[in-house]
Amino acid sequence: MAVLVVAVMVALAIITAAPGETVTVLPSADGHVGTVVVQRGETQQVLHEAYATSLSGQPELTRLSAEQVQSTYGGALHALPARPATFLLYFITGTDELTEESKLELDKVLAALRARPSPDVLVIGHTDTVGDPEANDRLSAQRAETVKSFLIGIGIPAERIRTAGRGERELLVPTAANFDEPRNRRVEINVR
Amino acid sequence: MRASLAVVLFSISAAALAADAGEIKVVSGAAHIERGSVRLPARVGMPVQEADRVVTGVDGNVGITFADNSLLSIGPSSTFAIDRYVFDTTTHAGKFDSTLSKGTLAVVSGKMVKQSPDAMHVRTPSAIMGVRGTDFVVRVSDH
Repeated sequence: MAVLVVAVMVALAIITAAPGETVTVLPSADGHVGTVVVQRGETQQVLHEAYATSLSGQPELTRLSAEQVQSTYGGALHALPARPATFLLYFITGTDELTEESKLELDKVLAALRARPSPDVLVIGHTDTVGDPEANDRLSAQRAETVKSFLIGIGIPAERIRTAGRGERELLVPTAANFDEPRNRRVEINVR
Repeated sequence: MRASLAVVLFSISAAALAADAGEIKVVSGAAHIERGSVRLPARVGMPVQEADRVVTGVDGNVGITFADNSLLSIGPSSTFAIDRYVFDTTTHAGKFDSTLSKGTLAVVSGKMVKQSPDAMHVRTPSAIMGVRGTDFVVRVSDH
């Protein structure tokens, strides 16, 4: 038993302190696990399971425990910035006035700003598929500018706000072309 | 005379056009940004740009949020370079190449990888990592 414990400790020490390079895929905050492709010369390794690990000089993939990841990467993981918070605002159709629900959402935006050490805001306009795509690029940029002026009005410094117009590229509700869908006519706010 | 004026004007417009790649959101311990020959103490709120290097001391950690919502953090005793950062906020097309020469790095990929899976690469001395929409960590040990 004692021999086994020592053997495990030695193995852990080798994995956590070995010279060379280590790459480990982690589950994201929502549990999703993506893919990292590690290319070393002619050799390619594909990591797509939680904690799958590539070590330089070892052809076989291995797996770190969550504890090993924490002990090796604790400093870096602790320094990861907070995930951007996302809010959606809607306009009363045909106006540049926000719906009542969206006015309440602005309070949440302010709360998210106060919770962050150096907050900045990205305002992203989106359209539905009515009209041609170039016109929708301009319209979405205008909607973002309109919301930017709201945000300046409630006290957010202009230099901390950037705007973008995504046109009809990112439909919240997928539709055919030229389809009037109010849920797609929205402005998204990322607080970062 | 005319040529030197043009050089001055060009360098000014190039500086103005060099959009920030991201912003430092977290700093602890000793950490610097190396920009050309200038060495700046890392501070929360400081913008980072293409060609910047992040260098941390034995107790240093730096967290950066990039324009496309990629999140990167650099652990202690590390050297990390932003080799290339381009991001179009309209199309989400972009390119993000970086190098971890030593130390530790944590990555949460952002919008450009969702748009094009080949947009983001992290290099180490012996490998190139292609990032397909995921969280991951990298360590380069120099001993």
